[in-house]
Amino acid sequence: MSLVQGTHQETGRPAAARTSWLAWPEFNQPAVWLVALILLIMPAIASNFFLIEIFATTLILGTIALSLMFLAGYGGMVSLMQLTIAGFAAYMVAVFGLSANANISLGWPWWLATPVALVLATIFGTLGGTLAVRTEGIYTIMITLAIGAAFYYFTNQNWAIFGGHTGINTIATPKFWGVDWRSDVPYYYVTLGVAAFCYFAVQYVSRAPFGLALQGVRDNPRRMAALGFNVNAHRVAAYAFASFIAALGGVLQVWNYRQISPGSVSVGACIDILIIAVVGGITRPVGPYIGAFIFVILRTFALDLLVKFGLDGNRFRLLIGLGFLAIVFWSSDGVIGLWERWRRKAAMKGGGHGHR
Amino acid sequence: MAIDSAAPRYSAVAAGAALELRGVTRLFGALAALTDITITVRPGERRAVLGSNGAGKTTLFNCVTGDFPPSSGTIRFFGEDITHFPPYERIRRGLRRTYQISALFPSLTVRDNVYLACRGVSRGRFSLLRPGTNDALMHATEQLIQAVHLTPVREQLVAELAHGQQRQLEIALALAGAPRFILFDEPAAGLSPTERRELVEILTSLPAHIGYIIIEHDMDVALRVVESVTMMHNGRIFKEGLPHEIEADPEVQELYLGAGHG
Ligand SMILES: Nc1ncnc2c1ncn2[C@@H]1O[C@H](COP(=O)(O)OP(=O)(O)O)[C@@H](O)[C@H]1O
Ligand SMILES: [Mg+2]
Repeated sequence: MSLVQGTHQETGRPAAARTSWLAWPEFNQPAVWLVALILLIMPAIASNFFLIEIFATTLILGTIALSLMFLAGYGGMVSLMQLTIAGFAAYMVAVFGLSANANISLGWPWWLATPVALVLATIFGTLGGTLAVRTEGIYTIMITLAIGAAFYYFTNQNWAIFGGHTGINTIATPKFWGVDWRSDVPYYYVTLGVAAFCYFAVQYVSRAPFGLALQGVRDNPRRMAALGFNVNAHRVAAYAFASFIAALGGVLQVWNYRQISPGSVSVGACIDILIIAVVGGITRPVGPYIGAFIFVILRTFALDLLVKFGLDGNRFRLLIGLGFLAIVFWSSDGVIGLWERWRRKAAMKGGGHGHR
Repeated sequence: MAIDSAAPRYSAVAAGAALELRGVTRLFGALAALTDITITVRPGERRAVLGSNGAGKTTLFNCVTGDFPPSSGTIRFFGEDITHFPPYERIRRGLRRTYQISALFPSLTVRDNVYLACRGVSRGRFSLLRPGTNDALMHATEQLIQAVHLTPVREQLVAELAHGQQRQLEIALALAGAPRFILFDEPAAGLSPTERRELVEILTSLPAHIGYIIIEHDMDVALRVVESVTMMHNGRIFKEGLPHEIEADPEVQELYLGAGHG
């Protein structure tokens, strides 16, 4: 352990050390390929109900929760406004695109309305982040929750742009190359493509200077400043990055339901995103998708299950809440944490027999 | 490349003092941790700051780096008034520091820690592209890790390192890029005698143009690696001189050395 132990002669850099810094070490894992394959052939396996109500919905909620995972897991900033940013993007798609509310919607084609919505939502989230980075810990949670609540009440009361409490309905979805991209199978692939893009973007950036520095800011902001980093600028940039991901999720969501109303951006929905991220685990990008899958399964089937036992079906949140409690109780890092603990145990048992 | 290009940008201004404090005072509420500190340090000069616990040595460092800006007074770094600069601007101008209590990134690996230090004083802090195997900063990172003898543990998480290794890493972070002046805050604290010898070796082998101030209680370490000494007491400068003068000074002995050994 002494300093002399470090050998002066060791100049070579072994291959193992190098490969961990190659652009995409993640692709070395067979599990990644297996999951990708299953997701790709899903339309051949699953019914259209499962495809949209379970898998597409999981991918959308997972992507929005991924933006929270990025901020909380890498940056140590718990933002409760990620769903609000997604909702803002959804509203912007409705406002600039085509809908049944002709007095509100500008009727731009989707390929124009969508980028505009993404840019505006990213700006919205970045401005919110600029406010939030002035605070730490619980105050960050409070200020982002306040932004979410304010947006909810604003959409409720504003009729000129947000369509009040009835919202905006029958929003047009993309149709080109002779494909209706909102029909079930094409839409599934759209969500899968966007989710995969976001997942790999976060995974990739986590090992890039920007993402590493963000983890440095999480671990020790004061030292980061003493290394030459502008900590607050880094935090704001993280909000911008996360806002764009949340906005992508919001666009997918509005294409899914073809309508947007204050109910979709309620405080309860904001907290659902937090629950999804925490249940799945916020240390790795896959966590939010696992959390979203559990959430969607419970939301879809707990209803029937509860009714079967003679309980009010709307109590599915009770199940989610209990699941939330159980997971937080058993593992501070959600399902990923449980999984990793199990794997470590398995590896220790297996270690006695063979060696790799 | 980014590291080398930083050097010429600085050298043009390098006239006069490396570090110049004029009437620096720092208050914590009613407590004056520093009172009217005036110090001039030449470029390349190596100086020890001595003083009992609570004398204000760490606060002096905090004022210079901007961790806690001074309540009044001015600080010049190679002629430039940096009194109101945020810490990162001071660091980007070639100032570096270590912390008395290791301030590392425990959930990152040794390499990531050092890489961040190299990246912090170069361009591309916001880069979204992963560094390739030929990345210049990666080479600099590996060299720094080797310089502080941490190569065998470079893939380990910092949280798993032994105390001595964490202190070594603490020094590596301050050597990244093109430092012009470094503040070492008790780098030998908690090190074994062997580790202390290693530390002295690292300090004495630093390039001659890099000056530093070292806070160190261990006279064997401090007086071997410096050419001048500043004694502090109760937030004030108590005495300045050459190492042997300070060591021989009866007032100093009574105040500090005597107490330290007795
Ligand atoms: N952040 C702070 N808040 C309040 N008081 C502080 C703070 N930092 C230092 N002090 C006080 O300033 C005085 C000098 O402390 P410090 O500079 O750490 O001394 P030294 O490093 O010489 O042991 C001490 O009385 C200490 O309690
Ligand atoms: Mg101190």
